[in-house]
Amino acid sequence: MKRLLPSLLFLGIFFFLPLARILTLGLNPGSLALLGSSFAPRLAELLRFTFFQAFASTLLTLIAGLPLAFLFARYEFPFKAALRTLTAIPFMLPTVVVAAGFNALLGPRGWFNLGLTALGLPPVQFIGTFRAILAAHVFYNTIIVIRVVGAAWVSLDPRLAQAARSLGASPAQVFLQVTLPLLRPSILAASLLIFLFDFTSYGVILLLGGPQFSTLEVEIYVQAMHMLNLPAAALLSLVQLLCTLAFSVLYSRYVTRLAIPIKPVEQTLQKPKSVLERSFVFLLSSLVVLFFLLPLLALPIRSISRLEAERGQHAQVGPALTTEYYTELFINRRGSIFYVPPIEAARNSLVYAGVTVTFSLLLGFPAALALAHPKRFARWVDPLLMLPLGASAVTLGLGYIITFNRPLPFFIFNAASHVTPGASLLTSPLIIPLAHTTIALPFVIRNLQSAITTIPNHYREAAAVLGANPFRVWWHIDRPILSRAVISASAFAFTVSLGEFGAASLLARPEYPTLPTAIVRFLSQPGGMNYGQAMAMATLLMLLTGLLIWLIERERVAGEL
Amino acid sequence: MNRIYSIYLLLILLLTACSPTTATDVSYPSAESPTTASYPSYPSSTSPRVLTIMTHDSFSASETVIAQFEQENNVKLTFLKSGDTGSALNKAILSKDAPLADVFFGVDNTFLTRALDADIFEPYNSPLLAEIPTQFKLDPQNRALPVDFGDVCINYDKAWFAENNLPLPTSLNDLLKPEYKGLLVVENPATSSPGLAFLLATIDRYGDPGYLDYWKALRANGVVVVDGWETAYYTNFSASSGKGPQPMVVSYASSPAAEVIFASQPLTDAPTASILDGCFRQIEFVGILKGTPNRELAEKFVDFMLSLPFQQDVPLQMFVYPVNPAAQLPEEFLKYAQTAPNPASLSVETIANHREKWIEAWTQTVLR
Repeated sequence: MKRLLPSLLFLGIFFFLPLARILTLGLNPGSLALLGSSFAPRLAELLRFTFFQAFASTLLTLIAGLPLAFLFARYEFPFKAALRTLTAIPFMLPTVVVAAGFNALLGPRGWFNLGLTALGLPPVQFIGTFRAILAAHVFYNTIIVIRVVGAAWVSLDPRLAQAARSLGASPAQVFLQVTLPLLRPSILAASLLIFLFDFTSYGVILLLGGPQFSTLEVEIYVQAMHMLNLPAAALLSLVQLLCTLAFSVLYSRYVTRLAIPIKPVEQTLQKPKSVLERSFVFLLSSLVVLFFLLPLLALPIRSISRLEAERGQHAQVGPALTTEYYTELFINRRGSIFYVPPIEAARNSLVYAGVTVTFSLLLGFPAALALAHPKRFARWVDPLLMLPLGASAVTLGLGYIITFNRPLPFFIFNAASHVTPGASLLTSPLIIPLAHTTIALPFVIRNLQSAITTIPNHYREAAAVLGANPFRVWWHIDRPILSRAVISASAFAFTVSLGEFGAASLLARPEYPTLPTAIVRFLSQPGGMNYGQAMAMATLLMLLTGLLIWLIERERVAGEL
Repeated sequence: MNRIYSIYLLLILLLTACSPTTATDVSYPSAESPTTASYPSYPSSTSPRVLTIMTHDSFSASETVIAQFEQENNVKLTFLKSGDTGSALNKAILSKDAPLADVFFGVDNTFLTRALDADIFEPYNSPLLAEIPTQFKLDPQNRALPVDFGDVCINYDKAWFAENNLPLPTSLNDLLKPEYKGLLVVENPATSSPGLAFLLATIDRYGDPGYLDYWKALRANGVVVVDGWETAYYTNFSASSGKGPQPMVVSYASSPAAEVIFASQPLTDAPTASILDGCFRQIEFVGILKGTPNRELAEKFVDFMLSLPFQQDVPLQMFVYPVNPAAQLPEEFLKYAQTAPNPASLSVETIANHREKWIEAWTQTVLR
């Protein structure tokens, strides 16, 4: 209970309080009566599609992710670190950028369709279809399977499978009866995270699915921001929140019962030996490259090529290489007060991400300790800690507006206070990492919790019996296992913050632009230079995040040895 | 566990330091704390006063123009960018009992009545209003004062039409002809402000419910609908850098000028132009937020927005037209940008009263 207090207090103030404020403002009997009779069937249709696309996306992500988790957990092969880094990059790219990548590859005039046309085949429609939504969700979330299930797979004792094999079980039997049951908690954990992300999907639906598809979150956004219909938005958010809660409760009931401590073994990685293994590794790594690299590659390529012909005369000017989009990033050509130097945007992004990591680790660590060996209270609280993942970003953003437009002690009591405009927490730069922390915290807690659960108590007892003092026990038993989990939890918090655009754009913020906001800003005006600069900035974001993940990876691998 | 508590206490302290409580005396200087360095400075008797302007993401201005105002009035301007037009207005309305800013800029004529009904503005009869044509002054009480306008029109790809030897459509009716099948991309009015503007232009032309028949016919003729301007322009429009499949897009009549200004290589002519039939004029307003403690500074800022230095800065920063007719337009605007001769004229009350119903009916007709 004591260990959970910091997290609960934090979420209480920065999640539940603003959410409760906005919901009570929107949900009063008088305003709800105005919603009309067409609302119920519309809600039913929204729920149907939201659930359907989330289930389908989660299932596909698992199908794509499990073989990859196995690949990364069991084999040592060339370019492994690079491939792992590659799969992590999509997770932190803003949707506009991912949509641009998919479009360059599979759009109406994308490379794929240009190829088909050249071969005399009819073009394939991809953008604006249900397939595009599914593909983008898999593209974004496969990393969760690789990380969460992969972590369990690495520490799975291979002797269990070997024993089963020697007792005559077929590889399929071993997988279904030994490996899969042992991995089930982690698969469920990954599924829940993915499901919640897909359930509240917004940008992907709008940009890749098109206007004929609408999820709860899309409708909340439309109702709140374009119709200014707060009651409808609040009711929809409440429905979405209750669904999330139901899933979290189911999950925590099921998973805490299933959490089997697994014996960590120092080295389980092997080089592929047989022809079958080699072709498996080769095939999967090629698929990773195809699926993850191609859409991403479109951005850097686009950022150094000039496709624009002089259309005035319409002379056929072929594509040419250029670095001007990059050099232009560093010039405030229009003398605008809102010009964003790329270095500053990158620095802001990194500072926010750093603060988010710090906050979420400080809050998450004690909570994870408490949840790893849950007592009654902790078990009850567990699902609540997951809620931020499934809450509507739009609604939370509006909740922040009506809650944090007052200085600290006043917003708790909602006291009307005459303050200097700009003196509220809302306009402080701190508000963005705080908002990011509410989203990152569930990740961090889950990551740490599962790691702590896997530390077998008899290791500690054995060490103590052999005469190690408590510090040495901690240093040699807990620290190596925990540091690995802390690094991967930090990586998650870091990426969540770096790529997060929704909350940042929803808050009324002073000018501390991040890389994603700078990209979006370029894309909001016509002109070849703007598009090129957006692609250049997106490439910088990719390179920066790729580099950081690669560094974290190296750290993690070093920790394993 | 003690360590965790002290860390948590530190966190709270940090937060408190970031949100100084100046409940009793607004001009009381805040306590020094490690985090104030990165925080906008607070009013005190010596340092410049702070004026906060809440606005949408598309707002922009030149450094020099803003710096001049700041120097002349010993003031520091802080801009709170709060999302698109609807989001920004929504935030201003929700926070009206403890306003986040002194001035709000960027409510347009499709949202104006909402802002006035929510009572977020104080009236201000700026002396500069005398210079502004009456057609822009939509609020008789001058709670919202016009600053700029822009026409939402269909843009077309000049080269595409030349290459395909297709005559340009000259009216909304032409778009229903079979030769233009599948050539137009529009934005969803439920999620996009130019999309809504174009819907309003069709409602003005064909009436209610006549516009639904028009859209039915447009749908039969293969109109492409996307979520917002970015997708429409950069993914679907053939003349943009995205090189999409549709040679016509709903955008702004000033976009051709932006294409020239932001070209990767210097252009001698704009690659696009506008069809000036079926346009909707968006007018943007500024207002002083109710309850501001800086009323006289806010008035100065509003005057400044209506004065020539700011008005002449508007075209190249935000790609809209100044409302002050005395403002000189930049060369690119004179050459490549256009204004519609007869933009749609729906009253702000009509728009406010029917907006939801129209969008809902449009959604049923075009998307379902």
